[in-house]
Amino acid sequence: MRSASYLLAAPLWLVLGGFLLVPMAAILVVSFFDYDSVRLIPDVVLTNYADVLLSQVTWQTYLNTLKYTAMVWVLTVAVGVPVALFLAFCVQSAALQSVLFLVCTVPFLTSNVIRMISWVPFLGREGLFNGALMGVGLIDRPLDVLLFSDFAVVLAFVHLYALFMVVPVFNTMVRIDRRLIEAAVDAGAGPWAVLREVILPLSKPGIAIGSVFIITLVMGDFTTVRLMGGGQRASVGLMISNQIALLQYPAACANAVVLLLLVLLMITALLRVVDIRREL
Amino acid sequence: MANMNIGRRTALKAGLGLAGAAAGSGAITGFPTIWAQNIRNITLRQFGTGVSNLNALADKVKQDLGFTLAMTALDSDAVSQKAVTQPRSYDIADIEYWICKKIFPAGVLQPMDVKKIKNYDKIVPIFTTGRLSPESRIAQGTAPHTVSFVEGPTSTKFASQPSGWMTLIPTIYNADTLGIRPDLVGRPIRNWRDLVDPAFKGRASILNIPSIGIMDAAMVMESLGRMKYADKGNMTRDEIEKTTAFLIEAKRAGQFRAFWKSFDESVNLMASGEVVIQSMWSPAVTAVRSRGIACTYQPLEEGYRAWGGGLGLSKNLSGMELDAAYDYINWYLSGWAGAYLNRQGYYSAVLETAKENMTPDEWGFWMEGKPAQSDIKSPDGKVLEKAGAVRDGGSFAERMGQVACWNSVMTEDRFLVQKWNEFVAA
Repeated sequence: MRSASYLLAAPLWLVLGGFLLVPMAAILVVSFFDYDSVRLIPDVVLTNYADVLLSQVTWQTYLNTLKYTAMVWVLTVAVGVPVALFLAFCVQSAALQSVLFLVCTVPFLTSNVIRMISWVPFLGREGLFNGALMGVGLIDRPLDVLLFSDFAVVLAFVHLYALFMVVPVFNTMVRIDRRLIEAAVDAGAGPWAVLREVILPLSKPGIAIGSVFIITLVMGDFTTVRLMGGGQRASVGLMISNQIALLQYPAACANAVVLLLLVLLMITALLRVVDIRREL
Repeated sequence: MANMNIGRRTALKAGLGLAGAAAGSGAITGFPTIWAQNIRNITLRQFGTGVSNLNALADKVKQDLGFTLAMTALDSDAVSQKAVTQPRSYDIADIEYWICKKIFPAGVLQPMDVKKIKNYDKIVPIFTTGRLSPESRIAQGTAPHTVSFVEGPTSTKFASQPSGWMTLIPTIYNADTLGIRPDLVGRPIRNWRDLVDPAFKGRASILNIPSIGIMDAAMVMESLGRMKYADKGNMTRDEIEKTTAFLIEAKRAGQFRAFWKSFDESVNLMASGEVVIQSMWSPAVTAVRSRGIACTYQPLEEGYRAWGGGLGLSKNLSGMELDAAYDYINWYLSGWAGAYLNRQGYYSAVLETAKENMTPDEWGFWMEGKPAQSDIKSPDGKVLEKAGAVRDGGSFAERMGQVACWNSVMTEDRFLVQKWNEFVAA
């Protein structure tokens, strides 16, 4: 029996071992290497970590990335929870629920780069939105902050990742025992009280899982920040990608290790607060 | 094995006279070093940036030389990565000279014996002695001739003068400057300093490739009279610090609308009117114009920032493949490819042979700065310029003679990248 369970778990272990643990170990090892403009020089030096941790730019970049993460998290919760709530409680028929749920995923039939790029002509100086605002006379010159700005970056993130919040939250909400809500109503709770006292606490595991997605996706992103920020905004992922581009692998590895530790720390803290195992 | 079968079958067809012309074409064009049957089984794997990795060239090679050239186009970052880290994955590296300075010492390429290069003597002297004409001055940066030769067939040390062992055979080069929207800038643009003119606040852009962007910034600094560099292509720490500080200052003042990294980004910024003045590459200017939008590749008083690329042979090439590679390089310099590249607004390494493959009107427009007599077309037949047009910047000698610095890699490049990240994060 025991050998059978090991056997069943073996493929997953092999995949994770070969494609996750080994590469991560390699990254860890390389992060201590020295390098010049073309070569990796096997060594054990701490300069890469010193460059990461002692530079003001890195701190700024990490802060900026955390800022994006926080903003995107707040907004995706604000967008995701109501959508999930609507799907789970307002839509009565299970068939319609599935249909509407599929509608949510329709944008995901296109690549996320395309979904992101499509904002560019919309938000640009000569774009549709500026054109419309000027057309109705709200502004007399185009708004520059719409594109190549923090606004554009966060907007694209929310657009790209809101579904990652909707899905797990919806999933938890449909599993809430309806009798609990009836009991709350019988005990005299209004709709807001039901939401606050019953639904939201019971949806916490879903929100936590969605948050894990959002945090890992945003902390590691580099394309969205580059394209929507017009190259003028920094993120940790972008910094790593620049270092890789310039063949500074050890520096990129050290950065990746620090980023990984930070993200793991954030997720551990999150899981301390919310017990998602109830969900699994 | 499968290849062999195909080879035998096609050879058989050739024997039957069905495809005799194709099999014999190696002899017709004058490169008969390899047996026609064997050559058809050869595939040379070439990679490089999109500018010169053109399928039209591969098709013509197949037709003229009989073997297959498998092209992979990558962005310039990926090119240097692949060249250094995966030397077994390619036979021919199509790389830029400044990257060559990094890559060749890593020992992944083999130098070429110039005795086997037929048109070696006709290669534009920029690549051999560094001087376009005996009286011209040598530009700053990684000037191609400084990394064109190594000391011997197995050496990885660059030679200070032509040694007979060439690292790269030049294929394509050009002089870069600022692109402008003449309809939107509202005044003549003459200097690099116009990039940071407050009049263009929020409508300027610079390219986000540290080693190149910093040189554009240095051109601006010198033009403003704020600094003088001993070598813009190899700055000291202090110079890097001051130049990035200047960029940060301009960024904080809101001068830049965006930074671009890829060709199409620069085209879109310019075509949409988000940006009216920016560092640009010449095909990007052509792309903007082909949308019917006015765009000028503006010559500036301080001169151009030039770049060049060439073909290098992988260390792993030997035997028949190596012979095929030499055939390919000889073919490259024999004119057809040169004319093809010249027609796109680049320059080719051997001008004489390219000239023979262009019409006098094409030659006059692209190379001599003369007004076009009739419509100028791209190699695929699209009209690029109407009759009467004159090339921005004029003739070959005017443009390549005004090079102030070459794309380069700096000794302090690690420091440069740190500082550049600071600029991007600022």
